[in-house]
Amino acid sequence: MSADTHSAQTLDTLANPPVDGSELIRFDQVTKRFGDNTVLDRLDFSVDSGKHVTLIGPSGSGKTTILRLLMTLATPDEGTIWVGGDCLTHEERGGRLVRAGEKHVREVRKNIGMVFQQFNLFPNMKVLRNITEAPVTVLGLSRDEAEERARGLLELVGLGEHVDKYPTQLSGGQQQRVAIARALAMRPQVLLLDEVTSALDPELVAGVLDVLRDIARTTDITMLCVTHEMNFARDISDQVLMFDAGRVIESGPPEKIFSDPEQERTREFLSAVL
Amino acid sequence: MNWDWNVVNDFMPRFWDGVLVTVQALAVGSLIAFALGLVWALAQRSARVWVRWPVVAVTEFVRNTPLLVQLFFLFYVVPNFGPSMSPLATGIVGLGLHYSTYTAEVYRAGIDGVPAGQWEAATALSLPRGRTWRAVILPQAIRRVVPPLGNYVIAMLKDSPMIATIGAFDMLGEAQTFSNETFTTEALTVVGVAFIVIAYPASLLIRVLERRLVR
Repeated sequence: MSADTHSAQTLDTLANPPVDGSELIRFDQVTKRFGDNTVLDRLDFSVDSGKHVTLIGPSGSGKTTILRLLMTLATPDEGTIWVGGDCLTHEERGGRLVRAGEKHVREVRKNIGMVFQQFNLFPNMKVLRNITEAPVTVLGLSRDEAEERARGLLELVGLGEHVDKYPTQLSGGQQQRVAIARALAMRPQVLLLDEVTSALDPELVAGVLDVLRDIARTTDITMLCVTHEMNFARDISDQVLMFDAGRVIESGPPEKIFSDPEQERTREFLSAVL
Repeated sequence: MNWDWNVVNDFMPRFWDGVLVTVQALAVGSLIAFALGLVWALAQRSARVWVRWPVVAVTEFVRNTPLLVQLFFLFYVVPNFGPSMSPLATGIVGLGLHYSTYTAEVYRAGIDGVPAGQWEAATALSLPRGRTWRAVILPQAIRRVVPPLGNYVIAMLKDSPMIATIGAFDMLGEAQTFSNETFTTEALTVVGVAFIVIAYPASLLIRVLERRLVR
């Protein structure tokens, strides 16, 4: 049997679809390798709807890979990923379970937004168009609706007066806030934050984190966050997952993880970064 | 050496005929090279082997054989089994086809130069593939490819006299026949100057574009 198909199985038998209505993301025995390097090793974890979860751990422990798998920028070698009750990695076709096709992936992926370390704004588009492009072409909003939504989001991130600038005319912190607005414009259920302050000059970090705190406090969006800003993680997280060598070695509320971790490995990591 | 302005004067009508042919060959040839090169570049990135492989084979073949041979082939061999075209049309197609294999490489480099993060951002926003190309990737690639494309236009200008070998008399072709008929050399000098008068400002223009576009 090829790795792509599970001919005898259906979605129901391969893995139990999330039963609890509050569970939004689930990784089921997910393995990801790059060459000989196993980045994720039969990983299981789930995130409930509306929760803010922070992934911490040494670099190379697989945190960013988790976000990239969810965003379908990479595909798992084994296992299944569920988002909002839909399977992101597989679909049923003719009674057989096959690796998800582009169309299926696109549908499920619409619920997910991502903010990148390097912002990745489109430099050929003005700020406003960066934000309206996807709502217009993907969600089918009219240009006016999309622009109204974009202006509102730019106010939210404190950049209302920069709609007509090009990204290169903005500071790194401002660019990252535009990127946050761009992701939110798609009204995703899940927002993935991949070391969003790591590429910023130190004095610009606070502005971006303040915006994210605001969003965490005022919306019910589910956040999955990879960061080295431990104070920020403590502030916004409902749950912290400590990763090492492709597995979750400890998880719990931030008060517990940061002040009284159970694992020696967690203690070592925290004393190195705090 | 004696320079005779009367000879230059006599040559002028035919010179302008030649300029017209050169400009037509250059303008239409460039358009073909720009458009076809983009087609090659996109096809070479196709996920389908049966699209990618033949295109790679054809472009490598064309790029690595002499333009002169291709012109002869198009003019003398192709009409035996395919369309027969006028010398000028054949010359234009030959120049355009030959240079399209170079512009394809320019586009390829321009597309590869767009950071992976741009593709990832487009995926994260679920932009469809065609939209990603048109709205995100190509606009950024074009900025990088304009200066090198301009250089190939100048290279094409300098190769354009080759079309005289199949009977499309460009500036140089006209000058050469005129000189042979009249046992003079002034016409050749006039054409030499004409090449510089066209090519040098063009290369200055490209330098300006380069400074503006590549940031």
